[in-house]
Order: sequence, then structure tokens, then C-alpha cells
Amino acid sequence: METNMNVCAKLDAVNQGAGSSKFQSPTSREIPNLKPQWKCGAKGGVRRFMFGVSLVLGVWCLALSTAHAKINVVCTTPDIASIARVVGGDRMDLTTMARPTEDPHFVDAKPSFIVKLNRADALIHGGAELESGWLPKLVEQARNAQIISAAKGDVRCCEGVRMLEVPTNLDRSKGDIHSQGNPHFLVDPENAKVVAQHIADAFSKLDEKGAEYFQANANKFVAELNAKLAQWQQTLEPYRGAQIVAYHNSWPYFAQRFGLKIELFLEPKPGIPPSPAHLADVIAKMKQNGARVIIVDPYLNKKTAQTVARATGATVVDVTQFPGGVKGTEGGYIAMMDYLVNAIAKGLGDNK
Amino acid sequence: MKTKLVRWNGVVLALAVGLLSATARGESDVETLKRQFEELKANFDRTVAEQRKIIETLQQRVDQLQAQTPPAVQTAAPAATPQPVSEAETTLQKPWSPSDPIRVGKGSAYMDIGVVATFVAGSSTADDIKSLELGGHDPNQRGFTVQGVELNLRGAVDPYFTANVNTLFQIDSDGETVTELEEAWVQTMSLPYNLTVRGGQFFTEFGRINTQHLHSWGFVDVPLVNGRFLGPDGLRNPGAQLSWLAPTPFYSEIFFSVQNSQGETAYSFRGDSHGHDDEEESGVPFTYRHADNDRGVSTLGDMLYTVHLATSFDLTDNQVLLLGASAAFGPNNNGESGDTCTQIYGVDMTWKWKSPNAHGGFPFVAWQTEAMLRRYDAGAFDWTEVADEGETPIVDENTGDPAVLSRETLTDYGFYTQLLWGFRKGWVAGMRLDYVTGKEGDYEKMNLSYDGSELGRDPARNERWRLSPNLTWYPSEFSKIRLQYNYDDRRDIGCDHSVWLQFEFLLGAHAAHKF
Repeated sequence: METNMNVCAKLDAVNQGAGSSKFQSPTSREIPNLKPQWKCGAKGGVRRFMFGVSLVLGVWCLALSTAHAKINVVCTTPDIASIARVVGGDRMDLTTMARPTEDPHFVDAKPSFIVKLNRADALIHGGAELESGWLPKLVEQARNAQIISAAKGDVRCCEGVRMLEVPTNLDRSKGDIHSQGNPHFLVDPENAKVVAQHIADAFSKLDEKGAEYFQANANKFVAELNAKLAQWQQTLEPYRGAQIVAYHNSWPYFAQRFGLKIELFLEPKPGIPPSPAHLADVIAKMKQNGARVIIVDPYLNKKTAQTVARATGATVVDVTQFPGGVKGTEGGYIAMMDYLVNAIAKGLGDNK
Repeated sequence: MKTKLVRWNGVVLALAVGLLSATARGESDVETLKRQFEELKANFDRTVAEQRKIIETLQQRVDQLQAQTPPAVQTAAPAATPQPVSEAETTLQKPWSPSDPIRVGKGSAYMDIGVVATFVAGSSTADDIKSLELGGHDPNQRGFTVQGVELNLRGAVDPYFTANVNTLFQIDSDGETVTELEEAWVQTMSLPYNLTVRGGQFFTEFGRINTQHLHSWGFVDVPLVNGRFLGPDGLRNPGAQLSWLAPTPFYSEIFFSVQNSQGETAYSFRGDSHGHDDEEESGVPFTYRHADNDRGVSTLGDMLYTVHLATSFDLTDNQVLLLGASAAFGPNNNGESGDTCTQIYGVDMTWKWKSPNAHGGFPFVAWQTEAMLRRYDAGAFDWTEVADEGETPIVDENTGDPAVLSRETLTDYGFYTQLLWGFRKGWVAGMRLDYVTGKEGDYEKMNLSYDGSELGRDPARNERWRLSPNLTWYPSEFSKIRLQYNYDDRRDIGCDHSVWLQFEFLLGAHAAHKF
């Protein structure tokens, strides 16, 4: 497990170092040498340039053939990526699309993602509409039969997860709800176990020789999670039934796992910005039910939370669902859960 | 069921054997026993977990059937604690009856259905709003305009194709409802060699705004350069398109399309809209010639060919640059005879910065620019024949006779540049500068008149510019309200001020947006 290092930065480093080296580094290595000769414009220069071009092409082809051994994986969000990373280890190259600090509902469909998806052996996504605003078009443009819906490389993490808050009636006057249920399911470690196994299965199909390796990694991760889960439940046990206020309704899975009540939100409806009237109502309810902790993700407006906290004497706790979203969560999924449990327990403890 | 029983039997048997061997050997093999016990325990735990999984799956199936939720997701569940029941789950679902409304949502139907309705209200100091605004869906009168009510249907046809249909309803300034088949195409999903083929009726891949639908624009109206060169409804026609994602380390894609070159939506080509009320309400046709040169389709050269190259780089984690170059070639029907052709060249650039802590996609800054150049062959035209048919001709004042215009190639160019700043969630401030002009043609230098009034520069080619600041508020992703001011300056006509308030709503499914 990596420590003290931004996951996103590290992933990028991995991509540049190993994954994209087949495309990027040869050119960046060769062209500086060629430039001056190219400029002199003599016949020899041209010949050397041609030689350089063929060299670059050669290195490129070589890199292509050697890089083939690893499976090329694209993950939509950093939480999924952190689990894929543990399972896939050094038998894969990983690209993460969303950044840990940004709103995963609204990621820009950058054209560079099309290229990544085009070359991917697997696309691991939530599958529960969290990415529906930006992912489908990218997959369509990627022209990759391996990752289109129901293909071998189309890994939908929500499969096997019991979804909460599945609406029976789709009505947008209730805000931005997802037809397949609340998509923020990975903050429940039990679901992380399901996803790890799911990813191991998917990887094993893509890289049969690595099947044992992936399964061993997944088992190790699950064992580690089991040990940690007991510890986390113990940490939060004294606060069973405690009321917590969240900005956005993305915590039902966490609340259910750890026996907390996260039922009051600064947003009046999912995706609808807080109105003063609604905030006044939240403040009144907080005074009534004694909620003393407000949790806020890095991309949400902390000022609103602080205003409410001042009015109620509550504490604002920075939380994240993505490793690297908050300082101290860079180490991966378990580090993030460690942080979440401890930060929330501390917030609840301080305000007892 | 059978496998389950076998598994249970195995556990019981193993347990029994373990116990027997433990008593037989006595205390000497404590270690072995311990290990065996651990194994058994693990085995037992696993079996219990598997059983639980199966039970939960079945339980879930029952739940699903009761709740009639979309069945795709919930196949197996390992969750151990009882689930809190949400409000939605407790709502009893009664079976659908024909009197109930049909609800179609994303993912639960064979196609996604969406409606986007866009309206605008406002006024302008110009009396000729239809000449002032070049787009077919732009405000067309003082007061209210129905810019478009667009019905979008899309989905996978089968494992090989996806399809998309966009039908647009509009009410023109005479109160007539107009229906347009904007797009209706089918596209391959995974051809080899990174190729994609699209066929049907579609927006030509040219620049940035041309392929976008009304509701994705950052402004109330179409940029002048698009309206003038690609036409009021954008360049779109029946045809086929081949695109290729190049194997470069950065994004680069080439689009090549062949489409019909005739019809209203092939404006600068064999479109018949030159006689329309776009920029020449006076009744004087574009280039002061009628479009009588319709050659039909006899050779491949009678089709419209477009090539577009797009490439993109991530400048930093937060900045994306997208560059494009486009060219369109095809015949036009200007004048009376001859091989008159049109060439349009375009370059485009989009740069976007988005905060690493973006919420709902905000804050961001997006800068988009497109520039175009058009080379248009104006055919020879003799107004004498028109005069012989009894129609009022354009007269050459030097001779007093109906004008005789010779063939020439006209050059027009222009650009727009726009900056959008999403300064807080749901709020976007925008500014756009438009400029278009044409090099004065020979026909404009002649001393012509029509119906007694002197003709100078062709109003559909004359220089003009526009500055448009605006402010948009998105109450949610599914609705928006936009206020825009236009300062228009048309050479030989003068300045005009317009204020437009646009409102839009979106029902049903909404397709993911391209970058």
C-alpha cells in the first residue's frame, strides 16, 4: 500500500511511466535530439530526420509489443480505482478518469478519455448512473468492442451490491435521483468486498494466467477489510444512532453499516442548491434532534456548512468518498475508510 | 438445490471426520487438530456466506418482483445486517393499468426519450429581426418565439448499431407550426480499425457549433458566421459519414462525410434558401442572382463532401484544449449555368478550465472560437430573361437595361469568439463577439438598382459585427433561464440593440454531452 502520496498523482506517474510509455516517451525522448538537425535543412538533415522517424516508429512498435502483457484498465472514479489497483497490482496499467476532489456526477468528457477508452481492456464503472452524464458518449466514441455494454471488459461494480433507495417512481420534482438507486455504495466496506471479488473475476477472464494472483490479492484485501471493519465498527459503536447532517445524500450505505443516522441534508433535494428557508429548517431540526456534526465533501460548498455549524454549535467534518479527496486518504480505500471512521468518531466525540 | 445439499453434506461429514480423528489421536496432535479446525471453520463460514448470499438473492428477487424495480443491478448481495427500508421501497406498487400514464425512464426501456423545449421573449430596435438574427431557431419577432420543441429518441438498435432521432417543432412568426427532421441516424458501435460509420440524416461534422443542438449553445442565437455560411438551420443533410480515431497518443479523429448538396439545409451549396427572408427582405436575392442552376445529381461531384479533423490535448489536469479544422466542398446553384462550386474552410479552438473541486461542473471557464472562409462561385446571370417573364428585374443604371452579371468567385470570411465563465454552481456569465464580412464582388461595384432603389453592397455579404453579453441561470441541469443583450452593427444599416430572455426545460432522458 502506498502511503503519503497523492493517489491521483501516483496513478498519473504510473500511466506516464508504464502505460503510456508506448506512445509518449519514445517521441519525447527522440525529438529533442532531432530538432537541431532538422533545422539546418541540409540533405543529411532530412536523412537523419527520416532515420529518427523510423527509430521513433520502431521504439513505438517495440513498446507496443512489450506493453501488451499488462491489462489496460480505465476506472471512472478513484474509489473504484483504488480497489482495482490492489487487485490488479503490477499486472495492469490503470487510468482514473474523475479526480478525487471533483463532483463525480459532472466530469468533463475530455477527448483524451476517448483515447484511453479506445485502448482499454476493461472499463470499471459504478454502473448505477453516477457517471451517466459523461460516460456513455465517451464509450460510444471509443469504438472499443471490449468495453461496450455487456462485453467482457465492461465491469459494472454495482452488480452484486444491494442498492438502497431504489425509486419505484421516477419523478424529477424529487431532485436528481437515480433510477437504479443511490449510487454512492462504496463507502460500505461490505460492498467494497463485493467489488474487489467482482474485479478479480473480471481481471481473471482478461488475463487467465494472472487469475491466481488476482484472487490472492482480492482475498488479501478482503481479509484486511474484515479485520479493519471490526475495528471501525468498534470505533463507531459508542455513537450508534447518532445524528449526522450531510450536504448531499451520498451516505446511506455508510450510515447503515455503522448504525448512524444521516437523514438531514443541506441540499433540499439531491442536486438542488440549499435555499435559506431550507437551511433555517435544517438548523431548527438539528437543534431538535441534537445533530452536532456536518459532513462535507471536498467539492461541496463548505461555507454553507460552516454557516449552519455556527448557528447550531456543530462541527464541520471534511469527508470524502474518494481516496485522495481529503488529506490523509491518499493511501487507498482502507486509508480513506480509516480516515472517515476516525474523523467522524472524533467529530461525534468532541461534541458529546 | 442439489449442489447446496452436497455442500452441507460435505461440511457435516468433514466435521464428523474431524471430531473422530481428534478423539482417536488424543492430545498429541493439537497442532494438526487446530489447523483442521481452522480449515473446517473457514469452510463452514464460506458455506454459510454462500448460503446467505443465495438466500439474500432470492429475498431480493422477491423484493424486486414486489417493487418492480429495474432488474439489472441486484443479482446477489452479501450485506449481513438488515436493510433499512427507504420511503420509496415502502410505497406499494400496484400493477400498471392502461389508464396509468406510461413512464419511460433511462435504462428501463429500449430507448431513451427526451424533450427539450426552448422559448425566448424580448425585443429589438431593429424592425427586420428575421434579417438581424440569422438562425432558423433564433428569435424571429418582438414578443415571444418558440425556438424549438425537440423530441429526442435514442438507443441501441441491436448489438451492432445505435440510433438517434431528433424531431423539432417550431412556430414561425406567422403562427404556423413547422416540423423539422433535424437528425435521424444509425451508427456502428464497434467496427475494426477504429472506424465508425454513420448513415441517415445528420448534422455535418464541421467546426464546433454546427453539430450541437439548440439547447447546448451558450447563447440565445446562432453565431453570425454559422448563420451566413452554414445556413440558418446549420449544415445537415442525408448522407453517410466515416470517422477514424487515429492511433496517436493524444486524441485525434478524422471525419469524412458525403451528403446531398441540395435543399434548404445545404445553404451555401444547392440550397434554395437564398430567396428566403434571411438577409434580403427587400426581395433582392443573394448575390443579386437567382439560383436557377440546378444540375440535379449526375456525377459524384454533385454531392457535398466534408472533412473535419479534431485533436485534443490535456494541457494540465484542469485544462483541455480542442483544436479542429474543417472543409466542405460542393456545387452550388447560383446563376443560370456552369459548374459553380462552394468551398468553406473552418478552424476552431476550444479551451476549458475546470476547478479541481468542481461541484456540478462549476466553476469553469470555457473559451471557444471558430473562424471560417467561404469561396463561392457566383454564376453568370442575365436579368433580361427574367424581365421577359414579366418579373421586375435588377437594372444596370449605366445602360438602363436589365443587368447582365458575369461569373465571379466571391470570398467571405468571419469568426466568433466566446467566453463562458461558470462562476458559481448554476450560474454562467458569457460574452461573445461576432464578425463577418465579404470582399466586395464585381456585381456590387456595378451601378445596379432594383425597383427604383439603388443597390450597393449585398446585405447578405456586407460587413457586420455583434457583441453579446449574457447571463444564464440553471436552476437544475434540466432547466435554464438566460438573459442576453445584443449590440448589432450592420454596415449601411446601422446599430441595433436587442434584449432576449430565453427559458428552457427538459423532460425525460437527457443524453450525455460530448466535450
